[in-house]
Amino acid sequence: MPILNFMRRPHNELEREGRSAAEVQRDQHEPEKTCPNCHKEQPLSRLWANGNVCSCGYHFRMSARQRIRFLTDKDTFSELFADISSGDPLGFPGYAEKLETVGAASGERDAVICGTAKIGGTDCCMFVMEPYFMMGSMGAVVGEKITRLFEYATEKRMPVLGCTVSGGARMQEGLISLMQMAKTSAAVLRHSEAGLFYLVLLTDPTTGGVTASFAMEGDIIFSEPGATVGFAGARVVEQTTRKALPKGFQTAESLLEHGFVDAILPRSRQREVISNVLRMHSESEGRDAE
Amino acid sequence: MTAYERVRTARGKRPTGIDYINGIFDGFLELHGDRRFGDDPAIVGGVAWLGDKPVTVIAVEKGHTTKERAARSFGAPSPEGYRKALRLMKQADKFGRPVICFVDTSGAYCGVGAEERGQGQAIAENLMTMMSLRVPIISLLVGEGGSGGALALAVADRVWMLENAVYSVISPEGCASILWKDSSRAEEAAACLKLTAQDALKLGVVEAVLSERGLGQPAYYAGLRARFLAEIERLEAREDLTEQRYERFRAFGRPESV
Repeated sequence: MPILNFMRRPHNELEREGRSAAEVQRDQHEPEKTCPNCHKEQPLSRLWANGNVCSCGYHFRMSARQRIRFLTDKDTFSELFADISSGDPLGFPGYAEKLETVGAASGERDAVICGTAKIGGTDCCMFVMEPYFMMGSMGAVVGEKITRLFEYATEKRMPVLGCTVSGGARMQEGLISLMQMAKTSAAVLRHSEAGLFYLVLLTDPTTGGVTASFAMEGDIIFSEPGATVGFAGARVVEQTTRKALPKGFQTAESLLEHGFVDAILPRSRQREVISNVLRMHSESEGRDAE
Repeated sequence: MTAYERVRTARGKRPTGIDYINGIFDGFLELHGDRRFGDDPAIVGGVAWLGDKPVTVIAVEKGHTTKERAARSFGAPSPEGYRKALRLMKQADKFGRPVICFVDTSGAYCGVGAEERGQGQAIAENLMTMMSLRVPIISLLVGEGGSGGALALAVADRVWMLENAVYSVISPEGCASILWKDSSRAEEAAACLKLTAQDALKLGVVEAVLSERGLGQPAYYAGLRARFLAEIERLEAREDLTEQRYERFRAFGRPESV
């Protein structure tokens, strides 16, 4: 009874009526993601194996921990300042509950992860923002952790790699979140004045108060392809000016054209280029250092 | 007064940047342009005498009449405005002149050109550079203090606010429309955001709230002049100005104070 065939589990590949082994992986329990660019559906495992990049080149968003695994040498990442968590400085209605739900859903305490790691054998400090925690918005904890990381890096004379993704300042923390822009900028300045290297990797989306502070303060600024990077939100600009936005407005490619990023770096080249540029700025290691 | 009434007052008819400059200083000489791209009429800057002391003055100017206001983009600075301010501040640093800023903006200008010319980068550079100036900086918020666009002129040793000025990370309308999808709940959002001068004082974001009694009168400006002079004298006596400024901003949102 061919109609009951689906109930039979195949015992090995040869039984499966000539289908390829790759097709076998596509079982119905594996979640798939549709690419917003080419509309192709792909199993998550294949996306992950490809650094969360679609075969058409579209870069999917990455959680902070996934990005750290992707960029750093195996087992070299050591987290710093992990125990700092958010308060509710203004007593903003609904904020405490929101922090709790988002924290439980994302498994993170706030929207940035800091630490030290090796990339291609070179030591660096790094912070990676978390898109799945209130869209990487910057409140006191994000500001404090990034500031501490720059202070730590200045003391240890280490370079900093920062991967940004943020909707901007976290409005539930009001003026305290606004002040984080000045606080982080001050720490970046001290690190810079000490002659140390700060590399930024902009990822989708980087906007608002983060763009107007540490995201734009790197010695070298890279961006992932297609990332939205800007200060004011595109929708707000459109509503204010009541004009259609130019094609490619606030994309990484447009920033490159206008001179605000150094290069666009697809994930396939990130490890190689970042480790190379870190080595060029390394104080202790030469070109051939492993 | 409720928080939102203060917002309305801050946005309403009151003296603007140029009024403060003319009232407080002598011999103001306006200096134009960012030496990069253009001159932004939303920011007025230059050199002037504060008593017998030369100072650099930078003010957001909103304009009074409809025509003036339109010409000055309603006091919303473009990247060129921030870069002009940056140029004048570096000049002040070179010649050892204190910097006085008057802040009154709903926020940085929101437009295609401003974004393409790096609004975010311009603000970021101001935040960093103001932190490094070796001369005293005092910022006075005289009306609206809108988000990063205001902070870009307020990384100072002393930040003061007039009693009806407001200082906020986002406009109450913007906050209400993002949080509750309803910009008509701005009044409620204004109260939540803690944006009044008294709130800012409690949070430690400003050092002083100045009474508005006699606002716009010659005696009021004379009072401000005396206040600036006294504070600049105190600040100039310090040797660790940049260290103190670092600590001032470093203190916001330390875990123990969160």
